[in-house]
Amino acid sequence: MPLTNQQIIERLTEKFGQDIFDIHEPYGLLTFTITKDLNLKVLRFLYDEPDLGFTFLTDLCAVHYPDNVGKELAVVYHLHNLVENIRIRFKVFAGTEQPDVFTATGIFESANWQERETYDFYGVNFVGHPNLKRILNVDEMDYFPLRKEFPLEDQTRTDKDDEMFGRGNLIGLN
Amino acid sequence: MERPVRFNTNVKQVEAPASFMGDGFMATSFDKVIGLARQNSLWPLPFATSCCGIEFMATMASHYDLSRFGAERLGFSPRQCDLLMVMGTIAKKMGPILRQVYLQMAEPRWVMAVGACASSGGIFDTYSVLQGIDQVIPVDVYVPGCPPRPEAIIDGFIQIQSLVGSESLRRRNGERYKALMDSYAIQ
Amino acid sequence: MSLPEYHVKLPDGSIEKQTTTLNLGPTHPATHGVFQNILELDGERIVSAEQTVGYIHRAFEKIAERRPLYQITPLTDRLNYCSSPINNMGWHTTCEKLMGIKMPKRVDYLRVIIMELARISDHLICNSVVGVDTGAFTGFLYVMQYRELIYEIYEEICGSRLTTNIGRIGGFERNFNDIAFRKIEKFLEEYPKVLKEFENLFSRNRIFMERTQGIGGIDGQRALNYGFTGPNLRAAGIDYDVRVHKPYSSYEDFDFTIPVGKTGDCYDRFLVRNQEMYQSLKIIEQAYRKVQEFKGTDADVFHADAPEYYLPAKEDVYTKMEALIYHFKIVMGETNIPAGEVYHSVEGGNGELGFYLITDGGRSPYRLHFRRPCFIYYQAYSELTKGSMLSDAIITMSSLNLIAGEMDG
Repeated sequence: MPLTNQQIIERLTEKFGQDIFDIHEPYGLLTFTITKDLNLKVLRFLYDEPDLGFTFLTDLCAVHYPDNVGKELAVVYHLHNLVENIRIRFKVFAGTEQPDVFTATGIFESANWQERETYDFYGVNFVGHPNLKRILNVDEMDYFPLRKEFPLEDQTRTDKDDEMFGRGNLIGLN
Repeated sequence: MERPVRFNTNVKQVEAPASFMGDGFMATSFDKVIGLARQNSLWPLPFATSCCGIEFMATMASHYDLSRFGAERLGFSPRQCDLLMVMGTIAKKMGPILRQVYLQMAEPRWVMAVGACASSGGIFDTYSVLQGIDQVIPVDVYVPGCPPRPEAIIDGFIQIQSLVGSESLRRRNGERYKALMDSYAIQ
Repeated sequence: MSLPEYHVKLPDGSIEKQTTTLNLGPTHPATHGVFQNILELDGERIVSAEQTVGYIHRAFEKIAERRPLYQITPLTDRLNYCSSPINNMGWHTTCEKLMGIKMPKRVDYLRVIIMELARISDHLICNSVVGVDTGAFTGFLYVMQYRELIYEIYEEICGSRLTTNIGRIGGFERNFNDIAFRKIEKFLEEYPKVLKEFENLFSRNRIFMERTQGIGGIDGQRALNYGFTGPNLRAAGIDYDVRVHKPYSSYEDFDFTIPVGKTGDCYDRFLVRNQEMYQSLKIIEQAYRKVQEFKGTDADVFHADAPEYYLPAKEDVYTKMEALIYHFKIVMGETNIPAGEVYHSVEGGNGELGFYLITDGGRSPYRLHFRRPCFIYYQAYSELTKGSMLSDAIITMSSLNLIAGEMDG
């Protein structure tokens, strides 16, 4: 009998109870949120249980919600059970004050660079990561460029005139 | 059966420079002869980082064949080459490396910025991309396009050739050239 | 770091370092892109390798947050630029999934033709470059000429060669013309022979086999753990293919097999890519036949009936009221883009290319994350090359089909 979203969520709530919340299924993909400290336990549980078997980390990234005070950063995991061919997505939220999230590198080697990328873009501090430093940007960079408060363009460039490119104050975009 | 590949018997030769000729001698200026030689035996150094590099692969491969223009030998060592072809986005992390490669090249050296990214940053007006390689090294020819077609790259190459052919021998010792280099802080 | 037993031990107290550090890249000609590897060498053996990436980081994800959905297509072109149409279609299908647009079958089949052509051109570059790195330049020069046939088909359809920006959300911008179909026919006729010949040059070539067999191998379990997808994972023996596991664009209507390797080494990767090209040809043939079966008005369908989201043709905008209104609404961001989050993936040239899109109802995405396959599997490079020779490291790199533009995001 194929694994269904219903079964997965039953197994998870049975194990973790109230720590799993905000369960919904946008476009058929089971999505839920867990309390921040449990991310490793949930990953391990999903990985180890023979009837769940989420052994493939498809994707790991972060999202910045500046209005969500105290929980600005969401780290999103996409997992895939290749045998049953079913995907799930779960999120943990952390504040920008202390964005500590446990690293998944102990379970998935592929998490290594994806976590470094997430750190590079959003400053999520992955506790226990073997080599948490910037990966795509230069080491000297002193901010986390994908956070919403930072502009896309380099502010020091001089050759492109904002007015001519439709980005000036007169037009009022950005 | 006709062979698919035949020897090219219709080889076009470059024209001799304007000269004073008589029986058994020919007199012309060094400028012209050296220009002619340099122009038709350029050694390009492909500095391919992204999409334009794939178009360059098409340009140098069999279909478009850049070697028809005397650029048979792609050198990969900056010390041996005289034309730096920068193809693709140059990020800020890459900028110092590009500059280092330019510095390693011996004079005379020419630079061709292929594609929108190398010329101006292109569509990537972002915090991480250098807005045109002319911010770190002087450029002789810009080739527009994102990416330029192989024909456009060849056209840019021909432009470089005409620059090379007409360059005065003393240009690189002159004051203006020194001022240009100084503006890039290159000694 | 423990040194292998063949290592010559220096006497105690020697000031010489026992290993050599070699900086390979980012401008090394054999890296085919901007990758930097700092290799620790013992003689010619690699003790450890450390990769540095980010030399062409272009901040796609940040740009995408400032662009309306239809302007993100040109960005996807520049991810894996060897197979841009797959990325374009991946992005369109993601948006269509978000908006709930039902695509007509004919559009799906046309898309399949384009995507499979792109897969062929991608695998062709990768395999011929593996050839170049083993010292066989002929194959490269030979197939490059036939890659031009694919580019000519693209040109006929969208006007562009490499960064195609092909199609729109909800279909294509115009129908394929007769010349395009004739060129596809010509390609289907000529290409298999070329591919066969190309394969003959390599697959039983003693030198090539010696250079690639047992080099850069990985077993299935490790490959999964490292997040391998695409031909590299299949070469390691795991038959995961997005086209089959989660069919998009009506891939379920086609009959094809997934070639699977065994050892995951460079040779298997080469063979899997080669076989995939044959399978792609098979798919194109079927799709072409299916497209030809549409007759009458059905044969003119090239976009879905979704005026809210599909940009109307420019000549209609100038002459028809309705088209003008919809053009205005889409361009000015007046259409209601559903708020939500969607993950959609397609089988890209080198693996599962995923789009994780979050919208909040505005005209541009709130967040768009690309799952870039080669960024994820390049991590395994140090494990793949450990203990091998320096020259093998080069072949391993090119046989992984690493595309710098995609990797650095």
